Amino acid sequence: MNIRLIVKNLGYVLVIEAACMLPSLLVSLACGQPDFTAFLITILLLIATGMAISRIRVEHDDLYTRDGFAIVALGWLLISVFGALPFLFSGAIPRFIDAFFESVSGFTTTGSTILTDIESVPKGLLLWRSFTHWIGGMGVLVLTLAILPSAKAGSLHIMQAESPGPAPGKLVPKVGQTAKILYAIYIAMTLVQVILLIIAGLPVYDAFIHAFGTAGTGGFSNMNRSVGEYNNVAVEIIITVFMFIFGVNFSLYYQGLKGNFKAFWRDEEFRFYTGTVVIAIALIVINTLGTVYQGFWDSLRYASFQVSSIITTTGYSTVDFNLWPVFSKAILVVLMLVGACAGSTGGALKCIRIVLLFKAARREIVKIIHPRSVHTVKIGGKVVSEEALGAVMSYFFLYMAVLVVSTLIVALEGKDPVTSVTAVICTIGNVGPGLGVAGPVGNFSSFSLLSKIVLSVDMLIGRLEILPVLVMFSPSSWKRVNI
Amino acid sequence: MKIIIVGDGKVGYSLAETLSQEDNDIIVIDKSDEALRKASENLDVMCVRGSGVSARVMIEAGVRQADLVIAATSRDELNMVCCLTAKRLGAGHTVARIRDPEYTDELSILKHELGLDLVINPEQAAAGEIAQLLRFPSAVNIEVFARGRVEIVEILADDTPIVGMQLKNIHRAISSDILIGAVLRGEDLVIPNGDFEIQKGDILYVVGSPSSVYNFCRQIGKCTQKIRNIMVVGGGRIAYYLVQLLRKNDMKVKIVDNNRERCLELTELLPDTLIIHGDGSDESLLLSENVRDMDAFISLTGNDEVNLMMAFTAKQLNVGKVVAKVTRTDYPHVIKTMGIDNIINPKLITTNHIVRYVRGLKNAIGNPIETLYRIINGKAEAIEFIAGTSTRFLNVPLKKLRLVENTLVAAIARKGKIIIPHGNDSIRLGDSVIVVTMNSGLTDLNEILAPGGILE
Repeated sequence: MNIRLIVKNLGYVLVIEAACMLPSLLVSLACGQPDFTAFLITILLLIATGMAISRIRVEHDDLYTRDGFAIVALGWLLISVFGALPFLFSGAIPRFIDAFFESVSGFTTTGSTILTDIESVPKGLLLWRSFTHWIGGMGVLVLTLAILPSAKAGSLHIMQAESPGPAPGKLVPKVGQTAKILYAIYIAMTLVQVILLIIAGLPVYDAFIHAFGTAGTGGFSNMNRSVGEYNNVAVEIIITVFMFIFGVNFSLYYQGLKGNFKAFWRDEEFRFYTGTVVIAIALIVINTLGTVYQGFWDSLRYASFQVSSIITTTGYSTVDFNLWPVFSKAILVVLMLVGACAGSTGGALKCIRIVLLFKAARREIVKIIHPRSVHTVKIGGKVVSEEALGAVMSYFFLYMAVLVVSTLIVALEGKDPVTSVTAVICTIGNVGPGLGVAGPVGNFSSFSLLSKIVLSVDMLIGRLEILPVLVMFSPSSWKRVNI
Repeated sequence: MKIIIVGDGKVGYSLAETLSQEDNDIIVIDKSDEALRKASENLDVMCVRGSGVSARVMIEAGVRQADLVIAATSRDELNMVCCLTAKRLGAGHTVARIRDPEYTDELSILKHELGLDLVINPEQAAAGEIAQLLRFPSAVNIEVFARGRVEIVEILADDTPIVGMQLKNIHRAISSDILIGAVLRGEDLVIPNGDFEIQKGDILYVVGSPSSVYNFCRQIGKCTQKIRNIMVVGGGRIAYYLVQLLRKNDMKVKIVDNNRERCLELTELLPDTLIIHGDGSDESLLLSENVRDMDAFISLTGNDEVNLMMAFTAKQLNVGKVVAKVTRTDYPHVIKTMGIDNIINPKLITTNHIVRYVRGLKNAIGNPIETLYRIINGKAEAIEFIAGTSTRFLNVPLKKLRLVENTLVAAIARKGKIIIPHGNDSIRLGDSVIVVTMNSGLTDLNEILAPGGILE
């Protein structure tokens, strides 16, 4: 490990986090609320620490995969810790672990909260909470790459460790340029949504909060009852559509910008994603029609919003889906596991992995019928290497393993099985609300300290796709000479 | 500039490495995952897997917007088809590596019909480099500028009369209009000024017209004999091109090759040359072919280790000039200590040629770079600019210019005349200006000026 270089990069990340806090600082100043000093102290702390450690002298600037992974894992841990400080200093969340949980939930775009009364929290803090979604969605280090001119060849390892999906690639030959393009698309789409929400009748502040929550597929709202509070069909439609849009692989938008609109339909993952959304909505409409909702349009309205919200792992809600029939809830749990497309801001397993797993499974069956057949797994007509396929399978296993172990620990406190399991599923998938106590109208404040720590780690594991976190905990990667 | 490189072999990789560091957008196409992985992990380039002759792959790589396509796979035909496809799909320029002598003869037709902008033949380029070294035996390395009118020659300053002298005093001892552009002392490179004192063991980079450099070498006792008899081991393509080149210079070549078929072929191709069938790595054969009396020994077999060992043997036998071909670039420092005069690497030469071409292309507007050479293991660059109307210090005497650190105006070529610049000389419109610098990435003549660089 090139520890000095890692530390230096972490310094840059902290300075950028300080810059990201400025909007919240201004809002709290404008509102004259007491969280202003909390932000000011945190920003000064970030700048001091960041500047100090980014001055470190680097012996050589070779960056390998393991270094990239360490920068990402440690970077996320650090920004989460510092991101928790405004909550703590302002007294809005008195306990550090709770503040940390909230901050991790923000950056990882989970949207699970321990706050019981959101509307009483100062506006600056609420903006910060939602803004962490926005930065965390595309990635803090991708932002660093986009801003810093020093992006070099090794930076690709950082981007790969932070971007979701089995094989994140570049859009253009230069890493720095790729990061800039991604953020440009991201900013443009967010602004369009803000404008549409304002037109639909939301106050400017609320429009920004919900646009940030949608863009990062996070799910923090400034209302206790989330989007349901407004009871505004236009707002719901805008958010439904944008959640879906932000769950699509961003490289497709780049293709679209270049005029290649066919790329959308040619993309197998996009087809799977759209198909899953349509089927899930249809099933829930059929299941809830006549039982929970009387009218077809009501049923469609709530079902489509919820499906879009859950599959993209956003976690906004317009209704308490805890009250839905079991079959509908089961569909939502499946969607929590599937997640959005690779290369989007969404979380969970990702559609592309599910598609690959299906294809690999089908190959096994063909192998039994024709034992000597030669069969390669293809995506979009291109052969997927055995290595990549193996990586997807072991990722699936690790995901399930983390899920089982975390569920066992959370189960220690004796909550009902549905709550325990879905709490873990929705944190590791960065969804937000689960079922039961952790459902859309509930929150995570009643969980024990241990559970909160486990769930926080799960959120990080889910956002960073397991391996960076595991590498950080593996002792052999920290030895100077690793054999 | 957007550049597509087809073929991620040694040449492709080192091209991608050099060009991506110079802020070009590089896309590498290769069929092999293994090769692409190395490129994508170590370089800031984009990799596309597939065949460069396939239009689909080319379009995916963005050939329509590409300024340049370089085909550097190991097969000539593939390279030609690649370039043809690329040109038809809308690429700006194409460069192909074509090495088969049978194609080389028809080059002008090929270039025209396939729309190639540059054809590079690694073996021919290597042969050209060797021929130049032989014409100038005491130099360790020669670079040519301004279409051959200016040379930069590398000379070892051991036991010459100029050792211990300050540079400003040299012209008193030696009457030749040259300039010492750079000095390599141990591992450190210095761009010297007038107070610099030459020490024993320094390697000097002398700039001047060919005749004045030759004059200088003669006066310091470095050019005593001319090379007449040359022994070449390994009768491959480089040997063939080399003989063709040396024939004009009244030099006699003897080729040793251990493949009888090839020997017979060579007798047909090179009727005036002595061809010997035998194992060149056998010292007794070399001795019986009186290697001791040769002026130069060149080992060009396909095996690096054998080449080095033979060159080493020849050096022990007191052959004046020893050149070895080494394809691997991994151990330049070790080879340097072996005392072999020159190492020739066809792939490196190919890369340098193409890089030079790319820079030329990139600077086609404004102040163009005519040629650029990496000298001294890439520690410094010698760049030829054409002074255009955008040059800010035309007609200003050089003594009134303050240049950026470690940079030197080494020569000015004006209308067939070479000026080794002194304080009162100035750069005029249309001059070829040769600049030696340790700051890489210089792309414009104006960049050599330090901030506030024109003194009143």
